Amino acid sequence: MTTGILLQITQTLLAILLAPLLMGWVNQCRAWLQGRAAPPITQPYRVLRKLFHKDAVIAHDASPLFRFAPYMIFACMALAAGIVPTLANDLPFSPAADVIALVGIFALARVFLALAAMDIGTSFGSLGARREMLVSFLAEPALLMVFFTASLISRSTELPVIVEALAHKEFVIYPSLAFAAVAFWMVSTAENARIPIDNPTTHLELTMIHEAMILEYSARHLALIEWAVALKLFTYSALGIALFVPWGIAPAGDLAALPLALLALVAKMAVGGAGLSLLEAVSAKVRLFRAPEFLGTAFLLAVLGMLTHFLLEV
Amino acid sequence: MTEMDTALTYPLQVVNLLAALLLLISFAMLSQRRVVGLITLFAWQGAALALSTAIVAWSTGQHHLYYSAALTLALKVIAMPWFFYRLVRRLDVDRDVEPMINIPTTMLIGIALVIFAFNLATPISQMAGTVTRATLGIAMASVLLAFLMMITRAKAIPQVIGFLAMENGLFFAATSATYGMPLVVELGVALDVMVAVFVLGIFFFQIRETFDSLDLKHMEKLKEK
Repeated sequence: MTTGILLQITQTLLAILLAPLLMGWVNQCRAWLQGRAAPPITQPYRVLRKLFHKDAVIAHDASPLFRFAPYMIFACMALAAGIVPTLANDLPFSPAADVIALVGIFALARVFLALAAMDIGTSFGSLGARREMLVSFLAEPALLMVFFTASLISRSTELPVIVEALAHKEFVIYPSLAFAAVAFWMVSTAENARIPIDNPTTHLELTMIHEAMILEYSARHLALIEWAVALKLFTYSALGIALFVPWGIAPAGDLAALPLALLALVAKMAVGGAGLSLLEAVSAKVRLFRAPEFLGTAFLLAVLGMLTHFLLEV
Repeated sequence: MTEMDTALTYPLQVVNLLAALLLLISFAMLSQRRVVGLITLFAWQGAALALSTAIVAWSTGQHHLYYSAALTLALKVIAMPWFFYRLVRRLDVDRDVEPMINIPTTMLIGIALVIFAFNLATPISQMAGTVTRATLGIAMASVLLAFLMMITRAKAIPQVIGFLAMENGLFFAATSATYGMPLVVELGVALDVMVAVFVLGIFFFQIRETFDSLDLKHMEKLKEK
């Protein structure tokens, strides 16, 4: 049990510390693909350090919610990072939330972000919050459907059981997961404010969604939100790994498999990050009003995955 | 895991995966707005079909299926897409086209069609004796989806691609239900499809010369007053 708790703390800390590195890697790859000189991979850490040393500027009309929200968002993401199996399977935190509750944790963070964005009363904040809500209410059912496809295979909504069924039993090809993987990629671009739904580097009022919500934040609050964004990307990547390429995650109670698990995690994250930046480089941001179509397609693909499961795998 | 999962060998699992891919491509075609994208997807569908046929041939020892796979590869992955690419460039018709029903609605109808096809295929596949019988539902679904694409598109080239995609689905249905048709029939069908494509290619030029567009709405005005 003690080793379990130690392992849990290690995994959560590792996620929190490695998340900016993943962000830096994605930014670096994208810069290379666009033919620019890339910033160093540690750039996100430097930005965080700079922001933490600054004095916060807060609007006069801000309510306590505005100050509280960044801590809440960061806490939600840290909790989610602790629940998703990244290094080892079946850790003490895992039974705290199954995949449905995990979607709820992400939703909680999003509600706080949207409330904080509307709190100041600037037009950009409300605009961003509304757009975010539009995108997320379409993305959430699709995400749930992806999880249900994996749950149908393993007969459980608990992530450790899903990973156990996919990674540590006899190898079987599940065609339904191919649909779910495409749907998951589409949903995670929307949820993480990446191209084609949102552009993480834009500050153009016509297109920005996520950036519009955090315009009023500065210093440590902004740092926490930026860190939470990196952590969210990391958690989503870990989720994708756990659902679709779980090989390498250490089985429950197997300490000897940990170094290999760490190595596999870093390799998969590096490949995933490079793939993400490649997909971002070749695709264009879609108009906001095309977003329902994009996410509707994701939802239909996930449903199709479930149907294929009943046809081919039962 | 259920009993069937463990009973399936890896080649057949790959065939199942390719079948799912075929369905995925059918949906991608349904949502594709650009003609060039549609042609690329059609080529990929042909590739998935050829590969799955070859795997079925290898795992069941049905040698005539190798010829079918080779024929599919030559015609539907190389010759026809090449021909269509040239046609699109010559006719200069690669623009975003809005289908007659908007795309989310089309996709919803598509899902309903898939459920219908899966239900329809279940009793048939229970009677079939092949190892690939589970994929029959997918084959029927891709036939219906291609049909849906033909209905919802106004332009001539997407309609012809829909027709060819339907032929892909039928071919896949034949492979999954009875290990393919006799080679003579398949050769005949391949020849028919090829001739159809060339004749339709000539038609495209004629239609455009007469109506200055490939929109088939104009054909409705042919009636005499």
